[in-house]
Amino acid sequence: MSAYRLDAGGLVNRANPLTFTFDGKSYTGFDGDTLASALIANDQMLMGRSFKYHRPRGPVTSGSAEPNALMTIGSGARSEPNVRATVAELYNGLTAVSQNRWPSLAFDLGAVNGLLSPFLGAGFYYKTFMWPAMLWEKLYEPLIRRAAGLGKLTMEADPDRYEKAWAHCDLLVVGSGPAGLMAALSAARAGARVLIADESARFGGSLLSENVVIGGQAASDYAAGLVEELASFPNVTMMPRTTVFGWYDDMVFGAVERVQKHVETPSPDLPVECVWRIVAKRAILASGAEERPLVFGGNDRPGVMTANAARTYLNRYGVAAGSKVAVFTNGGSGYRTAGDLSARGVEVTAIIDARATSTDPAPYGVRVIHGGAVVATRGRNRIDALVAERAGFEEEIACDALAMAGGWSPIVHLMCQRGAKPVWSDAAQAFLAPDVGSGFVAAGSAGCADSIAACLRDGASKAAAFSTELGFAAYAANIPEVEGEYDPDFAPLWYVPGAKDKAFVDFQNDVHVSDLGLAQREGFRHIEHTKRYTTSGMATDQGKLGNVATIGIVAAMRGVSPAEIGTTTFRPFYTPVSMGALAGTSRAEHAAPVRTSPLYGWAKKNGATFVESGLWYRSSWFARDGEKTWRDSVDREVRNVRENAGLCDVSTLGKIEIFGTGAAEFLNRVYSNAFLKLPVGKARYGLMLREDGMVFDDGTTSRLSENHYVMTTTTTYATEVMAHLEFASQTFWPHLDVRFVSSSDQWAQMSLAGPKARIILARIVEDDISDAAMPFLGAKVVTLKGGLKARLFRISFSGELAYELAVPAGYGEAVADAIMQAGREDGICAYGVEALNVLRIEKGFVTHAELEGRTTPDDLGYGKMMAMTKPDFIGKRLSTRFGLTAADRLQLVGLKPVETDKEFMAGAHLLKDGAAATLAGDQGFVSSACYSPTLGHTIGLGLLKSGRERIGEKITVWDGLRGTEVAAEVCLPVFVDPQNTKQHL
Amino acid sequence: MASLITCPHCGTRPKEEFSVRGAVIARPSASEKDEAWHRYVYVRDNPKGRYQEYWHHAAGCRRWLVVNRDNLTHEVFGVTDAQASREGSR
Repeated sequence: MSAYRLDAGGLVNRANPLTFTFDGKSYTGFDGDTLASALIANDQMLMGRSFKYHRPRGPVTSGSAEPNALMTIGSGARSEPNVRATVAELYNGLTAVSQNRWPSLAFDLGAVNGLLSPFLGAGFYYKTFMWPAMLWEKLYEPLIRRAAGLGKLTMEADPDRYEKAWAHCDLLVVGSGPAGLMAALSAARAGARVLIADESARFGGSLLSENVVIGGQAASDYAAGLVEELASFPNVTMMPRTTVFGWYDDMVFGAVERVQKHVETPSPDLPVECVWRIVAKRAILASGAEERPLVFGGNDRPGVMTANAARTYLNRYGVAAGSKVAVFTNGGSGYRTAGDLSARGVEVTAIIDARATSTDPAPYGVRVIHGGAVVATRGRNRIDALVAERAGFEEEIACDALAMAGGWSPIVHLMCQRGAKPVWSDAAQAFLAPDVGSGFVAAGSAGCADSIAACLRDGASKAAAFSTELGFAAYAANIPEVEGEYDPDFAPLWYVPGAKDKAFVDFQNDVHVSDLGLAQREGFRHIEHTKRYTTSGMATDQGKLGNVATIGIVAAMRGVSPAEIGTTTFRPFYTPVSMGALAGTSRAEHAAPVRTSPLYGWAKKNGATFVESGLWYRSSWFARDGEKTWRDSVDREVRNVRENAGLCDVSTLGKIEIFGTGAAEFLNRVYSNAFLKLPVGKARYGLMLREDGMVFDDGTTSRLSENHYVMTTTTTYATEVMAHLEFASQTFWPHLDVRFVSSSDQWAQMSLAGPKARIILARIVEDDISDAAMPFLGAKVVTLKGGLKARLFRISFSGELAYELAVPAGYGEAVADAIMQAGREDGICAYGVEALNVLRIEKGFVTHAELEGRTTPDDLGYGKMMAMTKPDFIGKRLSTRFGLTAADRLQLVGLKPVETDKEFMAGAHLLKDGAAATLAGDQGFVSSACYSPTLGHTIGLGLLKSGRERIGEKITVWDGLRGTEVAAEVCLPVFVDPQNTKQHL
Repeated sequence: MASLITCPHCGTRPKEEFSVRGAVIARPSASEKDEAWHRYVYVRDNPKGRYQEYWHHAAGCRRWLVVNRDNLTHEVFGVTDAQASREGSR
């Protein structure tokens, strides 16, 4: 037995034992344990294998900076890789599995990499796997990924829920150690809204692991008292299990709360994790300090951990990391660990102090080797001895754990995430929090306070200053006396020369001292280059433990101060955050909103197949029995519209209500064609341009009354047109009296088209809709039989006699049903957007296939719609530029195959007849194509160089993607009813 | 980019409610020279530092705003209604 649980002590609840498994073996821990503390209590120090060399590893910390003890927790769909055992709360039924080893953790064949290590130094991938390049993707990368790695993701869908939320406070306190608790309490007493978050399940921070007496109480009891008082304030929000991972602009902090990561089966009524965005007026970083490991040969052997970790396992969890513990220190922390262990009856074999002299008190009877250093460790999967060196003499000392104390680094990450760099302090031998301006300060040991008493005072005074700034009465905190503190001072020791084994700087990435030297010799001298070349400070821990040592060692190698080397860039996230938490509820069908038309139900019961179109699900075609392909349905729908009648859902069109005495003038300025004299009761087709002269969008606008218009936009540009109108109104012409409201979702709109449209419509409308009463482009409010008011527009997108009828959305399905009923005897059918598209191509009407951002009205044959006599309209000024009026622009034409059994598709290129099939002779492209059931062959619309002059010319339609060439004739872009007689019936 | 924008109409709101159009430039009158129109449509300064941009409170009051901000430090100095700021400058 080496490590063991003490008979008493610690903050675990011994009345509540918990059973869990690690690599299939069953163990028992206690409520309040972490997975790591429970495993150590069971003498299971070996917890993982290293990334590259597959060296055996145990925990080196007791917290979130842990680089080694990564494991996969949970099973099946809930298995989560790379969980740090040092922060994973133990629960009954927890299953954990070690990673990156085969066949077993204790015997890992991958460890052969350790023997090959002379060839596996920094940059080895770049140097070795260079040639041939083609093998990189297929062979080298998969090989390396398999050999070196972390845990594996489950491929099953995550069964759990995640959420996102906002929180607001006057003061955010990050961390609940002495400084954080005192800061929160001071501000709470002053009346501020306080939010205090800590990554641990239990508030208290270092008060839970330090053996001191505060105001006559044990530190943990004192902490409990503060927590109890905090909880009594209604203005305090306490967030345990919450990591503040990022600091963003405007004092917005990102945090992840692990709501149900500590239970075996999460309740479906709660999320397992919640990402919080916390808006704080002020913030205090009370995240404490990290103890640095020492860099010496064999410093990664299981059983070697920081002195602070050994102390935490002892005092907080009641676990001795070994039965014979050695200490290697450069300051007071090592002595404190030795003292605490000794007081609990754990043998301390020796204290090796790198300093020549010190005044720190060693426990009675413990040998102190001043001016010594550890140069090697022994043991297979666990340390069983160390080699100490002093004045040239080496000595082997038996031990089963080694506590190392290498000095302290304030945890300043959050304050450095927005560009400010931490500042090197020679006095503290550490990088300190930068001054980031008012509003956010570090307090306690994060702010370099050097005792618990100082932390308490610092937290209180910084919170008091913020409270006063925010207008609260400052509360004078009563700081009790702290007894039994130790002196945390240390002498710098970046690494121990003369190592007999690898001396690791970054445990997680297997970066050792000689890798850093290699990087310097090979020219990767900038610290950011050193990081990328050696991988020091990468992966899940982002160098929380090793970065400062990396900088110190590089500085020492170059003979300069660490200040000159500087740090790498700090970025969110402070610790890894699951993708599930970041996605929140935006996953699967909730990843994007689904928009369904008010006529969705009508379409569904009429057999529609739906197509995703942006966020919309639009009815595409309505298959009937016996129809084998979508084309069968579409062809029938088109024929039926041309012969009888059809009803189509056009509710997805953008609809904008426009009001005001300036509306006519406004429309006249945003459309290229004239709108000033549009009479009440009429609709007009309009073209909107961009300021550069290209077509932006099209649609109809109808004047329902003197100062009320209703505009339709294309489905695609509904949002953009609305924003465009608002922009023009608010910034170009704010003195025009005009107001807008989008009513896209308020109206169900349907198109009734075909020669029998009027007969059918008359059956459900009270008003006279004869051609005289409701002529082409008429627009008015009518009363449906039964009394419902509806908007009726006589407009056609098919070339047939057609109406668009708009009714309040909730009535849409009933009205559509009534029309289908009314039209049954006349052969009405439902038709979808596919048939709609065929009908409009047959008539040469354009959509965004033609209005594709590079076409002018003239390119489309709409030159007449440029009302150049208007003093101004959007797009007018630049429309007369030479480039937009040149004769060789691409112009809209019709295309039909010379041999009518030949087909072509949109996107194909247009070439001169007989030209080689290359882009060199490109003359334009097919913008829309379909099979025309009316004509019995393929037809298309295209944009062709000088197209209007080339009617009748034979050209080649070349589809490079499908490898086809089809001879086609250029024709006018109207295939059906060129005289427009049908729509005027 | 900022995290929060204080809309003069709606108060402090998350940036996700807004959409950004770009630099605040006055639209020339129809009679101005080609060069002025060319600059208006195509030429942008892309400064480092203080910058005035049009932001649309698309998921709020639907007003166009002028956001005065530093694109290096992300500090926002002020947000005004585009129409009000235009009228104020007259």
